[in-house]
Amino acid sequence: MSDAKAVADRLVKAKRLNALLTPPKDLRKSLLAQAAAARPTGVLYGMPVAVKDNICTLEFTTTCGSKILEGYRSPYEATAITKLKAAGALIAGKTNCDEFAMGSSTEHSAYGRVVHPLDKTRVPGGSSGGSAALVAAGAVPAALGSDTGGSVRQPAAFCGVVGIKPTYGRVSRYGLVAFGSSLDQIGVFGRSVHDAARVLSVISGRDPRDATCEDRDPLRLPTVPESLQGFVIGLPKEYFPPELDPSVRRACDRAIRMMKELGAAVREVSLPHTPYAVPTYYVIAPAEASSNLARYDGVRYGPRFDGNTDLRGLYRATRGQGFGPEVRRRILVGTYVLSAGYYDAYYRRAQQMRALIAQDFRNVFDRGVDLLFTPTVPSPAFKAGEKLADPIAMYMSDIFTVTANLAGLPAISLPIGRVKGLPIGGQLIGQAFLEDEMLEAAYALERVVPATDEA
Amino acid sequence: MSWETVIGLETHVQLRTKSKMFCGCSTAFGAPPNTQVCPICLGLPGALPSANGAAIGLAVRGALALGCTVHPRSIFARKNYFYPDLPKGYQISQFDQPLASGGTLSFVSAERGIVTATIVRLHLEEDAGKSIHDRFAKGTAVDLNRAGVPLIEIVGGPDLRSPAEARAYLQTLKQLLEYLGISDCDMEKGSLRVDANVSVRRAGESSLNTRTEVKNINSFAFVEKALTVERDRQIALVESGGSVTQQTMLYDSKENGVRPQRSKEESHDYRYFPEPDLPPLTLSPEFVAEQQSELPELPAQKRERFVASYGLSREHASVVASTRAVADYFETVAKTSAEPQAAANWVMTEALADAKDHDEQLRVSPAALSQIIGLVKGGTLSHQAAKRVFAEVAAKGGDPRSVAESLGLVQVADANVVTGWVTDVLGAHAPEVGRYRKGETKLMAFFVGQVMRASKGKADPKLAQRVLEEKLAS
Repeated sequence: MSDAKAVADRLVKAKRLNALLTPPKDLRKSLLAQAAAARPTGVLYGMPVAVKDNICTLEFTTTCGSKILEGYRSPYEATAITKLKAAGALIAGKTNCDEFAMGSSTEHSAYGRVVHPLDKTRVPGGSSGGSAALVAAGAVPAALGSDTGGSVRQPAAFCGVVGIKPTYGRVSRYGLVAFGSSLDQIGVFGRSVHDAARVLSVISGRDPRDATCEDRDPLRLPTVPESLQGFVIGLPKEYFPPELDPSVRRACDRAIRMMKELGAAVREVSLPHTPYAVPTYYVIAPAEASSNLARYDGVRYGPRFDGNTDLRGLYRATRGQGFGPEVRRRILVGTYVLSAGYYDAYYRRAQQMRALIAQDFRNVFDRGVDLLFTPTVPSPAFKAGEKLADPIAMYMSDIFTVTANLAGLPAISLPIGRVKGLPIGGQLIGQAFLEDEMLEAAYALERVVPATDEA
Repeated sequence: MSWETVIGLETHVQLRTKSKMFCGCSTAFGAPPNTQVCPICLGLPGALPSANGAAIGLAVRGALALGCTVHPRSIFARKNYFYPDLPKGYQISQFDQPLASGGTLSFVSAERGIVTATIVRLHLEEDAGKSIHDRFAKGTAVDLNRAGVPLIEIVGGPDLRSPAEARAYLQTLKQLLEYLGISDCDMEKGSLRVDANVSVRRAGESSLNTRTEVKNINSFAFVEKALTVERDRQIALVESGGSVTQQTMLYDSKENGVRPQRSKEESHDYRYFPEPDLPPLTLSPEFVAEQQSELPELPAQKRERFVASYGLSREHASVVASTRAVADYFETVAKTSAEPQAAANWVMTEALADAKDHDEQLRVSPAALSQIIGLVKGGTLSHQAAKRVFAEVAAKGGDPRSVAESLGLVQVADANVVTGWVTDVLGAHAPEVGRYRKGETKLMAFFVGQVMRASKGKADPKLAQRVLEEKLAS
């Protein structure tokens, strides 16, 4: 099977990115076996799809970019993986990511940082930076990531590829290693809207193993529309603040102009609770994470860092040495906000704010707006190390993406131009389970926007 | 100054389902360690729970039988703590929005008569695994077969006033749950577990004082003992000028004592929050109505009916209705024999005694017992002979009449044959005959006994007496 060999070669060639965690030998062997077994009638027959290392596969280890799961092989695979394989796709290795998907730069991996494919001094975004970088480098046409607060869309924007986060409940989370369970969704990267959408369609749909996955048929792909006639696109003013990077604003303005030219009605709208989104997110996500990550205790699987003392010593050593600093920070924050005496002040208030943020979106959609258009990230890809010492600055790069997770809405980032050679992403946020409308608009915009031209 | 004890019980009951609460693994007891496990109950990365509908149905039945309000919407919550037998680092339970609340349980207290205790709440949760500390010299072993088994927790109000009442409450609750068929309620196998909140106060006070929680009461026999020990400890403490600290006390059945749980094992801040992996549990009125219609006749109703329809005394009704199996057995025998009181007598004596020695099995079929009752009534068997027939049928089976015949126990009602035995007896006891004839008529019982003895129990005692009276009068 020369195809499988070529796929492996392309992935191995991208080695300098440190985007792939699977050793080349394992990758080649598995790809050949998979290609031999793949269903020729599947809609993704022969398509290599790289998979973020926090999604369980039978083929390779699943480490979540963490030392605490070093060498861990899952005895079962995620529903999304089963669906991909049933459609004939090849699981093209596991991609590097921020540890347990916590980060916005893929610098928080126990296996080293991922390099931006266009500028080695910069980060590819995160947490699904490895998947984004491999797609951007042309090593694979599509990849899976996970998006809890922007972890697919933000690296897609930084790397100049398409990234989709579906509606919460559209894709089964079974086999996606949980970070913030009420926010997590498996998302898709593609070189084009179509590549990403095809993969999304395959992995979407009901799954009795995930009680939060909606009982719906798989997503049906829309056709590419001739125009955007009839679409009402809202521009939430909170996403275009005065301090927005001028180059990002220029790229957005150009995309907006093009959507108007395609016949879309564009109007300014307001999502008044937007300023509270990042703090709300950074209460809820760590709270859930602190509980979700409790299972990594060295008792049943993963390396055990022996404290050589008692039970507490074992926990302290394993969790203290197995988790990196960002994960430990979030576990501490999450434990704090859930503890007696602080729960009402933090977790409960964050849930109340989350409801208000979701209501903001409903209000806008109820007034006839079909989709929202925003920048995906306030700036182009930043330098490696630039925000490592300042977690808050790092968290603020999620400012335009966390809202879709808090409200459970589908969103897509697509390249809308470049600034000094660095890609800029534009984001469309759709209504719950109306991915088809969102994809229609994305198809139309993708056709006209000069994605690789300076804005 | 006398003391009053205040006790409230928290009872964990394992639901009788084939599979676990959130996965498809078997709940069967006694399998080799860690063989009934899967990614979900092992808490492997990425695995997610799905709620077991059968468990929810059983829990709703329990709630309805306790007169609780079943809430149309309840919330699963995570109870977070670290322990090696808790694979996910949290237990899925329910917290501020339980499945049901506000019920009652009435039981008979030796001191106060019928007491109606409140049931504060009833909620669903999953069990943890089992830590085995004494099997291996070096270290603790963990068996996760039990991890994820469905439980309900029934929280009773502080309405019990003595260790004996706690025992009676628990017995009544166990009987109710067994009637419902929702649990095996076997404390030794851990399918029924109880923790008790205990405090003491001066008689006449109405405020609740600082309580302790008594745990590790792992057998029915220890409930009363453990609570008595703790009550006495608290009273002695207060009387000597001390005060009770809120803490968990572990009962040690070997020592019959309690000791405080070490602070390291002490309850932590569980950081409850809504389980994001499971949507709110919503129950339609139809589903609840369906569970209601599945409720069997409950013990109290059954006792009432046995008194009303079969004329049993309250005491007898309560014995024959002790378990659903015994009640059903009694009722079949009562109906087929048309002798309810005789049926109750047989059930309360021979049948239950035999069952007690044979793993609670009612070995004589209701049809056979009905036949035995009929044979006694028709004069074919004496009561003594019937007991032997019962024992024989219990041990070896068979048709009671044939068994009676083959054992030679069928009563002889032939006047000629009986007259022969009477003649022999009177001939052999001339002095007694003389005394009788002089007016010592109470000797009749002696003569009947001798006839029965001479006939090896086969003589019809009534006929024997009649013949004796004739002979002695002449």
